[in-house]
Amino acid sequence: MKIMRKSRLCGALAAAVLGIALVTVSQPVAAETVLRVGNMGEAASLDPHYVSGTWENRIVGDMFLGLTTEGPDGKTVAGAAESWTISDDGLVYSFKIRDHVWSDGTPVTAHDFVYAMRRILHPETAAEYASLLYTVKNAEEVNTGKAKPEALAVRAVDDRTLEITLEGPAPFFLGQLTHYTAYPVPRHVVEEAGKEWSKPGTLVSNGAYMLAEWLPNTHVKLVKNPKFYDAANVSIDTVIFYPQEDRTAVQKRFRAGEIDVATDFASDQIDWLKANLPNETRIAPYIGTYYYPINTRKPPFDDKQVRLALSMAIDRETIMDKVMKTGEIPAYSFVPPGTLNYGEPSYAPFKGLSQEERVMRAKGMLANAGFGPDNPLKLQLRYNTSENHKRIAVAVASMWKKIGVQTELFNTEVKVHYADLKQGNFDVARAGWIADYNDPQNFLYLLETRTGAHNYGGYSVKEFDDLMEKASRTADLDARAKLMAEAEAIAMADQPVMPIYYYVSKNLVAPHVKGWVDTIRDVHRTRYLKVER
Amino acid sequence: MMMVHLTRDSDALAGLVEVKGRSLWQDALTRLLRNRAAVASMVVLGIIAAMAILAPWLSPHPYDEIYWDRIQMPPDFANAHWFGTDGNGRDLFVRTLYGARVSLMVGILATGVSLIIGVSYGATAGFFGGRIDNVMMRFVDIMYSLPFMFFVILLMVIFGRNIWLIFIALGAVEWLTMARIVRGQTLSVKRREFIEAAHAAGVGNFTIIFRHIIPNVLGPVIVYMTLTIPQVILTESFLSFLGLGVQEPLTSWGVLISEGARVMEGAAWMLIFPAGSLAVTLFCFNFVGDGLRDALDPKDR
Amino acid sequence: MFRYILGRLLSAIPTLLIIVTIAFFMMRLAPGGPFDRERTLPPEIEANVLRAYDLDKPLLDQYLSYVGNVLRGDFGPSFKFRDFTVNDLILAGFPASLQIGSMALILAVLFGVSLGTAAALRQNSRVDYAVMTLAMTGIAIPNFVMAPLLTLILGVYLSLLPVAGWGGGAAVNKILPVVALALPQIAYIARLTRGSMIEVLNANYIRTARAKGLRERLVVNRHALRGALLPVISYLGPATAAVVTGSVVIETIFDIPGIGRYFVQGALNRDYPLVMGTVIFYALLIIVLNLIVDMLYAWLDPKVRLD
Repeated sequence: MKIMRKSRLCGALAAAVLGIALVTVSQPVAAETVLRVGNMGEAASLDPHYVSGTWENRIVGDMFLGLTTEGPDGKTVAGAAESWTISDDGLVYSFKIRDHVWSDGTPVTAHDFVYAMRRILHPETAAEYASLLYTVKNAEEVNTGKAKPEALAVRAVDDRTLEITLEGPAPFFLGQLTHYTAYPVPRHVVEEAGKEWSKPGTLVSNGAYMLAEWLPNTHVKLVKNPKFYDAANVSIDTVIFYPQEDRTAVQKRFRAGEIDVATDFASDQIDWLKANLPNETRIAPYIGTYYYPINTRKPPFDDKQVRLALSMAIDRETIMDKVMKTGEIPAYSFVPPGTLNYGEPSYAPFKGLSQEERVMRAKGMLANAGFGPDNPLKLQLRYNTSENHKRIAVAVASMWKKIGVQTELFNTEVKVHYADLKQGNFDVARAGWIADYNDPQNFLYLLETRTGAHNYGGYSVKEFDDLMEKASRTADLDARAKLMAEAEAIAMADQPVMPIYYYVSKNLVAPHVKGWVDTIRDVHRTRYLKVER
Repeated sequence: MMMVHLTRDSDALAGLVEVKGRSLWQDALTRLLRNRAAVASMVVLGIIAAMAILAPWLSPHPYDEIYWDRIQMPPDFANAHWFGTDGNGRDLFVRTLYGARVSLMVGILATGVSLIIGVSYGATAGFFGGRIDNVMMRFVDIMYSLPFMFFVILLMVIFGRNIWLIFIALGAVEWLTMARIVRGQTLSVKRREFIEAAHAAGVGNFTIIFRHIIPNVLGPVIVYMTLTIPQVILTESFLSFLGLGVQEPLTSWGVLISEGARVMEGAAWMLIFPAGSLAVTLFCFNFVGDGLRDALDPKDR
Repeated sequence: MFRYILGRLLSAIPTLLIIVTIAFFMMRLAPGGPFDRERTLPPEIEANVLRAYDLDKPLLDQYLSYVGNVLRGDFGPSFKFRDFTVNDLILAGFPASLQIGSMALILAVLFGVSLGTAAALRQNSRVDYAVMTLAMTGIAIPNFVMAPLLTLILGVYLSLLPVAGWGGGAAVNKILPVVALALPQIAYIARLTRGSMIEVLNANYIRTARAKGLRERLVVNRHALRGALLPVISYLGPATAAVVTGSVVIETIFDIPGIGRYFVQGALNRDYPLVMGTVIFYALLIIVLNLIVDMLYAWLDPKVRLD
């Protein structure tokens, strides 16, 4: 709209200058529709095997089509596989590959998928996200160099049939295949171009869009892939992703009409946004938990009472209502409610108590653990640089003060933060987990002993591990859910992590962008969107 | 090759700072006190410094207390939130004063560090002259071509946001110009009679430098200091913008301003008060600097 | 003259070597490695990654091979942006940084010198006070406040200019970043010019020129300005450094694909080669600009002779 006004003004000026009485302002060619996305990050790579951020997912997910893919509402639907069968024990999946081609016209075959999975798991590839595929039989052995890539249980029966055998029953496997770690890569291109294959000009894709331009720190431009199997139903011709990270600046660009979608906004802007852009502001549940791991290896935090006391003293409702104000839901469980293949999560035992009651009991527990006014509990709370993390940490510290805990706030940048967490060099720290696939296992595995460094607090309880292990071998969905709920109940009673809130996704979507559906994984593929001005 | 640098420095700085000798101190003070802008600025700076020191007694609110029912509120006199509250419900007036503590301390201490290094370095180089001077000033030239801010950022990245480190890092950046000024002045002072006399009387080199030379080059040094302090305060705010400022719950003007800049539309008071305080302080330092220069160098006014 | 330039450039080599050494070891001292992330890598994979980038070798070997590569003009791969080499990124970022930076400097000199001269010629008048107040405001408002304020007013409220973005290098996209970058420098240069102009106007040779009955305009343009510009020229070195530093902020706020942003991204991501590359590049830039400044200085000031 704003652009229109400007061009009309220009037109008027031109008319005046040229002395022409009547000028009809020519509209820009209407056929071309463009979606401009404020993507909040520069892609580290466009090779699906080296991708790790949500901003990269938005780009590669528009270009590549996995065996299954996200539907308009975020649910798992058929993608590069048109159908599949699953063996009765839930271990063997047989996919019928859709008859479709790469954007250079080469047919996509089952061999491309075999090649892709072997490549991402190959130790030399050193792909950060490869461990996600450990669901597949022998994947871990291949990835850690204990077995040859050929040992991977992914097999091309023929050009159009792919067979994958799993390590154990995994009801989330079809959903997991929508993830970029499971995208096919064009073997014929990767082998010829090597590391350079993911650049414009060489990259070919099998999804709705193909790579047209990638200017680092400027933009990534995708154009519609005419050879996409469902090209007839793709409306937007061009997508441009801008990498700008500064959220306040991105929000201004959105208001000025320079971008159509901003994929995040700063929480401290919410009052203004609710008042001024109520229809554009989209807040929706997002499958993730913001939590504070506690270092259970380090006294006094090895004492369950101390951990529970700290967790109980955090008034989550107040933080969400007064500080965040963006609709985050106070969390009392590690697995967010509404996660697939799960019932109601197991909540922390103090959930039913009032905050006054919690504070009172917390004081008592700290006293039992030997802390009091003469001998206050002192701890360091670490968080990585971000306005939200800071505001929450400040609020939590003041709540802990009420039960006599002295908190030193310690802010480091993200690399230092995670290096310290990995080495167990912290008392209490900030962490967050956004699920890679919609299943409770994707949260609870973070508390298993065998997870290693990613189990930041070093929580190690045999009962918990046994239940999780048993669940991983259980095919029956209800029985599996029950086992994991039991495991979660143990963890919540122990509080090796203090859940703070369940994430929400925050987007700004211009009214002329149609077809936007809020989804729990915050995935919105451009092929389902339309731009109608 | 050195020629260029020597001439360039002393010429450039002559315009800014030059003192005619010790006997002028008394006159200089009189002239300074006659400069209304400078005097007013010194008074304002004194008030700001006093308020920063007395901060805990000037407001009923502790600087780290959260008022849950008054989050991000505009100025509210009923509750004694004269500057409003921040995004965590803390009183902004008292936080601005605590910010002043950190910012002024960074400014003064970092300038102090630059003063100590710069004056001893410059005086030594100027006094000994010749080869030593050549080598020492060549080193300063090399340091000048380091992208220094980048090293400060790297330092902050490496050692975390330690407030003492900020002083030292910023001081280490600012000493170069100080060294050049002092060296230039030393060159002209050391040819004067009383230095010759000291030499003749068998006074040791370092005594001469610290007793006789440095006191005589202090004029331009003081002027340059009043220009360095605001520079350092601004640099600290730049680091804060990059997320490398002081640790919570402590704060600095830089931290407050970069928080305020984010919400300038919805919560303008969060930007206006800290930014205003910073601006007033920098104005004052500049007026004082100008006043001092005029007072110490009466020839053109 | 040629020998002088050659000498200066040769003497830059040890300087650069010092910079490379300091930056290299400083980066390695920093806690947190390039591959520390939220999702920790399995130890076997991490070992693979480190080996792929030679990070498993002794530090001294890494240093020597790095210096060797730099001498051959190869800054190595970027750890963070794995599809590009550091050479790619610097080459892509340099034009944007150069344009914004040099335009800001030119703007700063033009406006700063004119404003400062105007103020000096009407010392203690309203013009003088107005200019000096403006200059001080320019100095006292940090550019991370000024830049969002400008975009808010001119970009969002008035819709006159784009809020951010490079726009393929379109002129309208450069206006706000250049202005935001130049403002504090305009202020400094105006103050500097005013001071030295006042001094020069009182100097004997100007008094003589005036006494000979030369017109004031001629006196100022032909004689006074030349002398008054000297401190401004010698300030250009620090000004360049300030513009370079400021560009880190400006490039972030305006989403400009410049080198300053790569430095910050590189430092925060422990992308060692990217940080090293940008630091070396900027050092080189500052060295070259200092040389140009010295030559300008010699040209303006007859007392100074090169060689």
